[in-house]
Amino acid sequence: MSIDMAQFHQVFFEESFEGLDAMESGLLNLDMGDVDDEVINTIFRAAHSIKGGSGTFGFTAVSDFTHVMETLLDEMRDGRRQVTQAAVNVLLGSVDCLREMLTAIQDDSDIDVETVSEHQQALEKELAQGGGALAQPVEVAAEVVEESVDPGASPGWEIAFSPHLGMLRTGNDPVRIFRELSELGDLEVTVDFRGMPSLNEIEPEDCHLSWKLILKGDVQESEINDIFDWVEDECDMAISPLRDENGDYIEAQAIDVEPVVEAVKQQPTPVAAKADAPTDVNKTTKPTVKSDSKSKDNKSSGSIRVDTSKIDTLINMVGELVITQSMLSLVGEHFEINKLDQLKNGLSQLERHTRELQESVMNIRMLPISFVFSRFPRLVHDLSTKLGKKIDLKLVGEQTEVDKTVVELLSDPLVHLVRNSLDHGIEMPAERLAAGKPENGTVILEAYHRGGNIVIEVVDDGKGLDKEKLRAKAIEKGLIEEDAILTDKQTYELIFMPGFSTAEQLTDVSGRGVGMDVVRRNIQTLGGNIEIISELGKGSTISIHLPLTLAILDGQSIAVGDERFIVPLGSIIESLNITDDQVNKVAGKGETFLLRDEYLPIVRMHEIFQVESAQRTNLMDGLVVVVEGQGVRCGLFVDDLLGQQQVVIKSLEANYRKVEGVSGATILGDGSVALILDIPGLVRLSNQ
Amino acid sequence: MASILAVDDSASMRQMVSFTLKGEGYSVVEAVDGVDALNKAKGQKFDCVVTDVNMPNKDGISLIKELRQLPEYKFTPMLMLTTESGMDKKQEGKAAGATGWIVKPFNPDQLLKTIKKVLG
Repeated sequence: MSIDMAQFHQVFFEESFEGLDAMESGLLNLDMGDVDDEVINTIFRAAHSIKGGSGTFGFTAVSDFTHVMETLLDEMRDGRRQVTQAAVNVLLGSVDCLREMLTAIQDDSDIDVETVSEHQQALEKELAQGGGALAQPVEVAAEVVEESVDPGASPGWEIAFSPHLGMLRTGNDPVRIFRELSELGDLEVTVDFRGMPSLNEIEPEDCHLSWKLILKGDVQESEINDIFDWVEDECDMAISPLRDENGDYIEAQAIDVEPVVEAVKQQPTPVAAKADAPTDVNKTTKPTVKSDSKSKDNKSSGSIRVDTSKIDTLINMVGELVITQSMLSLVGEHFEINKLDQLKNGLSQLERHTRELQESVMNIRMLPISFVFSRFPRLVHDLSTKLGKKIDLKLVGEQTEVDKTVVELLSDPLVHLVRNSLDHGIEMPAERLAAGKPENGTVILEAYHRGGNIVIEVVDDGKGLDKEKLRAKAIEKGLIEEDAILTDKQTYELIFMPGFSTAEQLTDVSGRGVGMDVVRRNIQTLGGNIEIISELGKGSTISIHLPLTLAILDGQSIAVGDERFIVPLGSIIESLNITDDQVNKVAGKGETFLLRDEYLPIVRMHEIFQVESAQRTNLMDGLVVVVEGQGVRCGLFVDDLLGQQQVVIKSLEANYRKVEGVSGATILGDGSVALILDIPGLVRLSNQ
Repeated sequence: MASILAVDDSASMRQMVSFTLKGEGYSVVEAVDGVDALNKAKGQKFDCVVTDVNMPNKDGISLIKELRQLPEYKFTPMLMLTTESGMDKKQEGKAAGATGWIVKPFNPDQLLKTIKKVLG
């Protein structure tokens, strides 16, 4: 039977990467002085599973490599080997190496053999130092020798088989053994009742019988031994070659030698299986793997693991929906006006269920932020060693859920921020002690929900940002005028400007300040923003605000003439009617209006989007919606406010082209298209 | 057709075992660890149990030991999936009441052959 093993590969990769993450965090959590057995066990199990899976699916390079790791871990687990920092470091390196190997296999590219053998040597070196020796290869070698000196075939064998009393209780049925033997040749079974106790003493679950078996045919002794392999310790058994009439052993004939060799080869011994299975698997699965990786161009797509309870909720909701649908179709079939109430009821139920269904479906895309956070303990461990700093990392709110796309795109910016905190934020231990701070610096990664947003903070208790230095640097770089007046916030935001770096000494850890502007841009493409608060000598906090999902948005629909626009609800501050005396026309700079001592620019929607059907062109007649985006506020002049609703975002860029001031489009209930406004873009547009 | 309980904490192995056996017409129930398996085995009688050894919560050997205590599983064939290096594990498993073992890595054919061996 042929089974396409490639279908299991994706799952294998996923669980292996998860296993590697578990190993990594386990290794990082190991306390040298007091090793937690359960942690070692978890690490061992992960290695063991990867080894088992890779062997089964034909990735021999991986299983060979993991085997060495497993041996090392096994010795640690059994307490035969001390857990040392050196060993942990070697294992951490191996985890990285394995990750690269698996990625290479997944992408169908070549494994970097040199790196692998480097890590393998490091492991073997570690293994050679103290603890038990490599037991397994010796064992295999012994087995091979045993096979090759297998005595010749005999025309038959006599087997004396007397099971121990308890053999049946391990599920070993003598009949099974006889059946298998009979497949090898002609089997004669003679039962021996002599061991049977009398009926009133008999224990029905014990095996009191024994047998004499005569097996005729061209059979190897090892084949018989294989059949009895499982019950070896649960029976007394003797195999002897059949004797001829004279009582001499019947010798194997020379002609038999050829088949003998053949038979040995076909033995399903572990050694043979190991050599055969992988090549087999490779042959049948290679092409499929290729086509898989081709279709997998986009790195961020692929599969997603969903909590079963979420699926259950979903199925529940669909059930409800089906019931509502059948109820409605019943009402509709013979509709009379007195059934109107029933119809309305049904429709409102339908609405509720659809909304709940939508929420559950969206929920499927939500992943805990721990997917991103989990890589940081390792990063901090490695970096702090490299930098010679002592740093404790705290992760808070790891279970906060966020859209899968956000999770994937958040990873790189966050790495950059944490690196910055470690490199530029936290001081050297001596420096910290001198400043009266604890020797160990603390970096906190925290995630929580606020409104429709997720907030992620990187907090450090390092030296903080020096406003004067920032300012001087910005002037030196020509980023601001010498006499520019900046608020504290604006000063801190200087670090997000392209080509800005405050570290006196550049290191290879966080580079040359090409990063922060990129970080901000990445966050902004996700529809979020990034802020920094800092206090000199006490530390800095960088907060990232992101929408929970990129696919759905809470919007306020507004009317301008016949057109409908959607304003992201989160960006609306207030809506008001303005009076004539609030408006202030500035020559060349358009209109502004006074709102609580602040002049805000007015953006006339009907002018920007050239809506000719606009009913209200006089500022006093319509409404002004005050919105904020990336710290800039303005008033949108619109005809009317309509309802609030959740809208599904459709990309305009992918379906049409990028339009300034518009972040996307959506389809409304009546089938018409509404544009979703991009507030910062709109402000820029109106300034031109 | 015979029913089989397949126990493994690794999803890919579990799927492989289950897919292979289902392909031959066996009805297969999957369990993710010993605790899960024990619960499932108590709810339904299986004709055969195939279990991994190293698992969180409850390992394969404890699972076999506990299953053997149940009257319905006194004589049920129970196979463990073990690695070639696990000679002492085999002994430990036998002592716990395992019928036999399948050595990892194995391919679907080897698995089926062994299952047919115990189920006839």
